[in-house]
Amino acid sequence: MGAAQSPALGAVMLAPAVLYILLLVAGPFLLAIFYAFSDARIGNTELHFVGLENFRSILQSRSFRIAVRNSFVFTIGSQIVVIIVSSILAIVLEKPFRGRGVIRFLVLLPWVAPIALGAIGWKWILDSIYSVISWVLVALHLYKPFSAPMWLGEPHLAIASVLLVHSWRLIPFSTVILLAGRTAIPKDIPEAAAVDGAGFWRTEFLILLPMMMPIISVAVLFGTIFTFTDMTVVYILTAGGPFDSTQVLPSLAFTVGIQGSDLAAGAAISLSLVPLLVIVAYLMLRVAHRAEVT
Amino acid sequence: MAVVETRDLTKVFKEGALGAVNSVSLETREGEFLVFLGPSGSGKTTLLRMIAGLEAPTSGDILIGGRVVNDLTPRERRIAMVFQSYALYPHLSVYKNIAFPLKAQKIKKELHQAKVEWAAALLGIGALLERKPRELSGGERQRVALARAIVREPAVFLLDEPLSNLDAKLRASAREELERFHRRVGTTTIYVTHDQVEAMAMGDRVLVLNKGVVHQLGTPTEVYDHPADTFVAAFLGSPPMNLVELAEHIVGFRPEHLRPAASVTGDAVSLRLRVENIEYLGAEWIVSGSVGGGRLDGKKVFSRLTSAQGLALEGTYDFAVPQRELRFFDRSTEKRVAPRAVSLQ
Repeated sequence: MGAAQSPALGAVMLAPAVLYILLLVAGPFLLAIFYAFSDARIGNTELHFVGLENFRSILQSRSFRIAVRNSFVFTIGSQIVVIIVSSILAIVLEKPFRGRGVIRFLVLLPWVAPIALGAIGWKWILDSIYSVISWVLVALHLYKPFSAPMWLGEPHLAIASVLLVHSWRLIPFSTVILLAGRTAIPKDIPEAAAVDGAGFWRTEFLILLPMMMPIISVAVLFGTIFTFTDMTVVYILTAGGPFDSTQVLPSLAFTVGIQGSDLAAGAAISLSLVPLLVIVAYLMLRVAHRAEVT
Repeated sequence: MAVVETRDLTKVFKEGALGAVNSVSLETREGEFLVFLGPSGSGKTTLLRMIAGLEAPTSGDILIGGRVVNDLTPRERRIAMVFQSYALYPHLSVYKNIAFPLKAQKIKKELHQAKVEWAAALLGIGALLERKPRELSGGERQRVALARAIVREPAVFLLDEPLSNLDAKLRASAREELERFHRRVGTTTIYVTHDQVEAMAMGDRVLVLNKGVVHQLGTPTEVYDHPADTFVAAFLGSPPMNLVELAEHIVGFRPEHLRPAASVTGDAVSLRLRVENIEYLGAEWIVSGSVGGGRLDGKKVFSRLTSAQGLALEGTYDFAVPQRELRFFDRSTEKRVAPRAVSLQ
C-alpha cells in the first residue's frame, strides 16, 4: 500500500521535517517577534510589553542605519562582482583544456571550506602587520615599509575588503550553477549563431545570456540570501569595526542582543531582515514556477 | 567554378583511430540539390560541419566560390545552415529569429523589415512573426529555420537532417515543400540524410558515404540502377538488392526484377524459388524465399511484385531475372565490373 492510501505513514514520514522547522525555525522566529515588543534583557526575569518602543529606538540609532546601508552595499555589491566573475569563469571552464579539472577543483575550494576558516585566512591576508598583500606591495616598491594601507582599519578599505571576501566565497557556488546552465544549452544554438554570423560578444549577450536568465536569477537569489543573512565574515574580519563602519544587520543584532544583553533590541534588529527575505523568497518561488512551466 | 568544393578532406577525431571522414573530394554544381546519404556514423554530418566551419579538418581543403576557406570562421564563409533541431533562439520571437543573421552581419536596420517579411512570405509564415518558437508546431519551426537561413541570401544552403524531427505524415509534406522551395530560390543546397527515400526524391545527385569514405556520387538513377559497389547496392532499396556470390563475382539484382518466369520476356536467367514468406504492403507484395537447386541452392532472395496471387507459402515456382538487370561486382574489391553472361542453374 502506498503512502497516499495511508495518512498515518505519511504523517510519520513528514514528522522529522515538520518538527525540525517548528523547533529550530518557527520557535525562535516567534520568540524574536515576542521579544521585539518587550523589554527583555539577559539576566532579567521580568518582561513588560513596550509596544513599538524597541523599533523606535533602533531607527534612531546611527549604528542601525549604517548596518542597513552596509547590508545592502555588501549584498548588492558582492552579487554584481560574483555574477561578472562567475560568468567569465563559466565561459572559460566550459571549453576543454589541459588542467581544466585542477582549475575547476581550485575554483570550488572556497565553497567547500567552512566560512569561519576562510574568513580567518582572509583576516591574516588583510592583517595590519602580517598582510601578504601589503608585503607584496612593499616588495614591489609601491609603498614604503609600514606605510601600506590598513585593509581592515580604514572604513572604506574595510567595506571593500568585506565585500570582496563575500564575493570570493560565493563565486564557486555561482560558477557551478552557471556552468550547469551553460552546459544545458544545446550546442546547436551557439553554432547556429556562429553560422548566422554572430561573433563572440553577440553570441554571449544576445543569445546565451538571455537564455541563461532563469538560472542566473537562481544564483543571484541564493547569493542574496547567503550574503544578507551572513554575519560570520563581518564578525571575524572586523567585528563590525572600525567605528561600526562595516556593521551589518545580523552582526549588529548579535552585538546588541547577545553581547550587549539587550535581547529586545537585538530581536527588533533581526526582524528588520524579514521584509527583504520575504521579497527574495517570493521571487525565488516565481522563478522556480516559471522554470517548471516552460 | 563550383560553389562548394572539397579536396581530400579528412577528419580524424582521435589520433590513430579511423577517420570520421576520409579523403573526400567533391564539387557541387551551380544550383544543384546535393544529398549526402549514409547510415549513422558514416561521417556525413561531420563532412557538412567541416563545410560550415563548425569543425576543423585534419587535412585537405574546403573551397567556397573558388576560395580556400579552411581558416575562415563560419560567419566569414557566408553560408546558411539549418540544424537537425532547427536551433531556433527560444527567447526571441519568430521575427527576431529571422532578423538575427541580418543584425549579426550588420546589415542596415532599415532593410531588416522588408527582408524578414520577404523571407517569411516565401515560406508562408507571415502570420507567425510575433510568436515564440515554443508556440510553433514542428513544421512551422522548420519553416522559421529555413526563413532564417534564406534571409541573408547565402551562396549555399547546408541542411542537416531537417526532416528527422517530424512525424511521418508531416515529413512527406515538408519534403515536398522543401523541393518546391529549392526550385523557387535555386540556391545550391547540400542536404544530409540517412533516409534513402528523401535522398532519391530530392537529390539532383546523391553522395553515398560509409565510414567516412565516398562510395558513389551520382544521380538517384545512377546510384540505384548502377551502384558502384556492393555497399551502395545493399544500402539503397527496401528490400535491398539481392546479392549472391558466384565464382569470383558477386551478382546483384533488384527484388522488382525477380519475377515469375512467365512474366519475364527476352534474355533472362531463371531460378527455382521456394516461397518462405509473403508480405502484403498495399501497393506491392514482398516475397522472400530460398533458391532451390542450381548454383545458388539455399540462397535467400527477395522479390517485389505487384501481385503475389497464385503464389502459396512453401510452394516452389519458376522465377527469372532479365539478363540486362543483372549487376556484377568483383568478389574481392566489391566494386562493380562489366556485365557478362551467366547461368544460375
